[in-house]
Amino acid sequence: MNWLLVVLGAAVGAPLRHLTDRAVRGRHDSAFPWGTFTVNVSGSFVLGLLTGAAVHGAASESLRLLLGTGLCGALTTYSTFSYETLRLAETGARFLAAANVVASVVAGLGAVLVGTTLADAIWA
Amino acid sequence: MKVPRSPSDEPVDPGAAPAGHPPGAGSPGSPGAARGERFAVVGAVAAGGALGATARYAASLLWPTPDGGFPWTTLWVNGAGCAVIGVFMVIVTDVWAAPPLVRPFFGTGVLGGFTTFSTYATDVQQLADGGRPLRALAYLAGTLLVALAAVWSAAWLTRRIVAGRREGAR
Repeated sequence: MNWLLVVLGAAVGAPLRHLTDRAVRGRHDSAFPWGTFTVNVSGSFVLGLLTGAAVHGAASESLRLLLGTGLCGALTTYSTFSYETLRLAETGARFLAAANVVASVVAGLGAVLVGTTLADAIWA
Repeated sequence: MKVPRSPSDEPVDPGAAPAGHPPGAGSPGSPGAARGERFAVVGAVAAGGALGATARYAASLLWPTPDGGFPWTTLWVNGAGCAVIGVFMVIVTDVWAAPPLVRPFFGTGVLGGFTTFSTYATDVQQLADGGRPLRALAYLAGTLLVALAAVWSAAWLTRRIVAGRREGAR
């Protein structure tokens, strides 16, 4: 059953990342990988919220597997993030490469913090 | 009414978006065929993502991280995924004209589903919040270092091997 929850969550999360990436690329003609940035930050927010909810007993283990391990895990990506960073650095856009790393980490952590704070406000 | 999509619907960058096939390859096809193709890509991403996430979940069960412990499993999962994407992208861009669904399935799906940014960010925050700021910082920097070194060295090594084989074939 647990495996099925992870599979289901990921089967939604991964295409959601793909479609978000395409939608963002279609709107922003930029070398900066805004698509991956967007999914990583939103996934971090949702997982922060979920982790906060779990602390207050408001999220079951099943929900955490479905939305956390499955959906958020597949929605966000480290492999594409580092590959895009490498490509930026290799094509001479070193500033953008560094900016991608710093912005992703700072915004990702900030999103987790907002998520857990919001969870505290709702469920504490 | 279905609104016809613009040509910008086609992925622009060879990076993350699974470019189905180079523009001009195959027939332009009817709008229906194009939609079917997009549907197949989304399905391939979903199947690959489910597979990758399942492998990540299996790793977390095999090597569980104790509460407040250094998240080695997620670090190595992310590092491994970055190494594999380094090899894979060089192969599909320089060596192998892969069938259209290979990149969405494996690159976007399997590797994207296997690696995770949300768990990374949440674990950093949880460690810091749990009174382990140094461990949080070490994990934050360690993952970045391992991931970037992995993708860079894997891509470099694969290019070297490819170039060596071409040299040898002459």
